[in-house]
Amino acid sequence: MKVGIVIFPGSNCDKDAVWAFSNIYNQEVVELWHKETDLKDVDLIFLPGGFSFGDYLRSGAIARFSPIMKSVIDFANKGGLVFGVCNGFQVLCESHLLPGALLHNSHQKFNCKNVFIKAETNNSFITQKVSKGVALKIPVAHGEGKYYCNDETLKKIIANDQILFRYCDENGNASDESNPNGSLENIAGICNEGRNVFGMMPHPERVVDAELYNTDGRLIFESMLQQAQVV
Amino acid sequence: MKFAAEINVMPLKALLDPQGKAVTGAMSNIGLSQIENVRIGKHISFELDADDENSANEMVDSACKKLLANLVMESYEFVVKPL
Repeated sequence: MKVGIVIFPGSNCDKDAVWAFSNIYNQEVVELWHKETDLKDVDLIFLPGGFSFGDYLRSGAIARFSPIMKSVIDFANKGGLVFGVCNGFQVLCESHLLPGALLHNSHQKFNCKNVFIKAETNNSFITQKVSKGVALKIPVAHGEGKYYCNDETLKKIIANDQILFRYCDENGNASDESNPNGSLENIAGICNEGRNVFGMMPHPERVVDAELYNTDGRLIFESMLQQAQVV
Repeated sequence: MKFAAEINVMPLKALLDPQGKAVTGAMSNIGLSQIENVRIGKHISFELDADDENSANEMVDSACKKLLANLVMESYEFVVKPL
């Protein structure tokens, strides 16, 4: 699989993603500067975490209009695979490639800690090898991670099986106590209706290297690789 | 013609505004507990060139819809005046 990792001014998790895809999983990786428009025939676009454009105005709002995003949106609209983590998720919501928005955390604090999430469906590129309902320990690092959408959108994403991950406790129970930011229905990750665009606030790319004593992100990466091999 | 735009972007009323909530709490600390429901948004101002007031209004509206406000979570209002 050839992976394009987009770098905006202020991205800071791009190297973690490069390391995960290239050094841990031996995939071909190209780094794509936000001013480029050529996606270099990649199979997957990965939008990394960070603080693109300093989070000015709203997280992801300015990055959404970087030159490369026109190509990314065209790519997604033709069925291309696009995965955004943290700030990447915010950019995808601002681009309207994913429904809803990410608001300031309810408690107004920056969250930088390990949390537990569980997959809600196996019917997606990033969750097909993740056991449903089993808690994965994945770090979050965000100030604006509270997922929100209106009632109509919520009904639609539930009906279409678009909720990929929910925050939970270590036993897989989703509750207010296990919700780190006030996200609607404990939502931690979603996909679009076409099931080719994915976003999540937690950082699976930070937990794939055994040197870091947590490899709970591996099932997400292995899901992507399995699908890529089938394609 | 030159115009000046003054824009207010506010979190939707249905949404919790954590900044506003924290500031409401601080009001009682300064002895003004009668103040409630503080909500905090953004004020944006800029100048623009347009043929007339209508097209200035259209441009500002477009800037708000596309970039300055996210209608999933915010609403906006603006005033345009000739300079």
